[in-house]
Amino acid sequence: MARALINVPPKAKRGEIIEIKALIQHEMETGFRVGTNGNMIPRDIITDFICKYNGEEIFRADLHPAISANPFFAFFTTATESGTISFEWVGDNGFAAAESATITVE
Amino acid sequence: MKRAAAIILIALAVEAAALAAEIPLAERKSGYDFMGPDSRAMQDDDTANPGMFWVLDGEALWKRKAGVADKSCADCHGDATTSMRGVAARYPAFDAARGRPVDLEQRINICRAERQNATPFSFESKELLALTAFIGRQSRGMPIEPASDDRIKPFLEAGRELFNRRQGQLNLSCSQCHDDNWGQKLAGAPIPQGHANGYPIYRLEWQTLGSLQRRLRNCLVGMRAESYPLGASEYVDLELYLMWRARGMKVETPAVRP
Repeated sequence: MARALINVPPKAKRGEIIEIKALIQHEMETGFRVGTNGNMIPRDIITDFICKYNGEEIFRADLHPAISANPFFAFFTTATESGTISFEWVGDNGFAAAESATITVE
Repeated sequence: MKRAAAIILIALAVEAAALAAEIPLAERKSGYDFMGPDSRAMQDDDTANPGMFWVLDGEALWKRKAGVADKSCADCHGDATTSMRGVAARYPAFDAARGRPVDLEQRINICRAERQNATPFSFESKELLALTAFIGRQSRGMPIEPASDDRIKPFLEAGRELFNRRQGQLNLSCSQCHDDNWGQKLAGAPIPQGHANGYPIYRLEWQTLGSLQRRLRNCLVGMRAESYPLGASEYVDLELYLMWRARGMKVETPAVRP
């Protein structure tokens, strides 16, 4: 299981704009590189990143071979209600990772 | 006789010039100070710094039993947050059994071979980088305090000599860039002072964590000089001099560098 580091403020005021950050451990092998044996190294990347706030999708990204290893996303959302912010990464060779964080909105 | 005296005088003058080129202590800057705001933000936030993945992996390895002895690092050293605090700030350190200084990677492998009876990790392997980053992280924010006893001096001098020696097809020395021309640009990138205060670093160009020896090899290749095999004594001497040169500066492990 790949490691992921996420940063969600634990507390926020209703209507406040909060920053969410998510970093995941992944090689992001492009598929365009040649290995030491002269053969192409097969592509192995994350293809999708999805963030949901209490089940509702608030951010989605399609990833491509030009994105660096250990992809990092930072984005903003409005704190509407207390609950869970969940993160999901899907990729080549059946790669799947999930993380979540709770937020209290006052 | 007069001629000999003149040669000595010239030699002294050359030495004085070489010493004068060294950066005064108060003017030293970490590589961090040469970075843009985005790279700094990456290093400052542990949830944005990819180097933390290696630190977390290292923490897991620290507790994992290995080798014929079936011992983990923690079985001897206990809690790394106390036992390893400040350790990275004083490496490379003198190893009496080998009669020469060893760097942190080599120390980990010595422990692995002699205490755990396990196969040493290869240089730049994920495991060795992870343990080095984890141990280095315990010294973050502490001042670098290199050993300076008599046993270490000849190796420190060898490192200094290597730093000032012109080599390679470009006939460059380390000091020509990092003592004499820091702050200038090499292509589009600023030339830092070359302080080794954040290793192992997450280098954006590498897209992975790498050791100081990897960085040194990189510089040697750039000078079109022949690089040494990883783990070579020349690298350790140079590391020793670099740590002495960065004495008192704060450890930033795992640092982010462009």
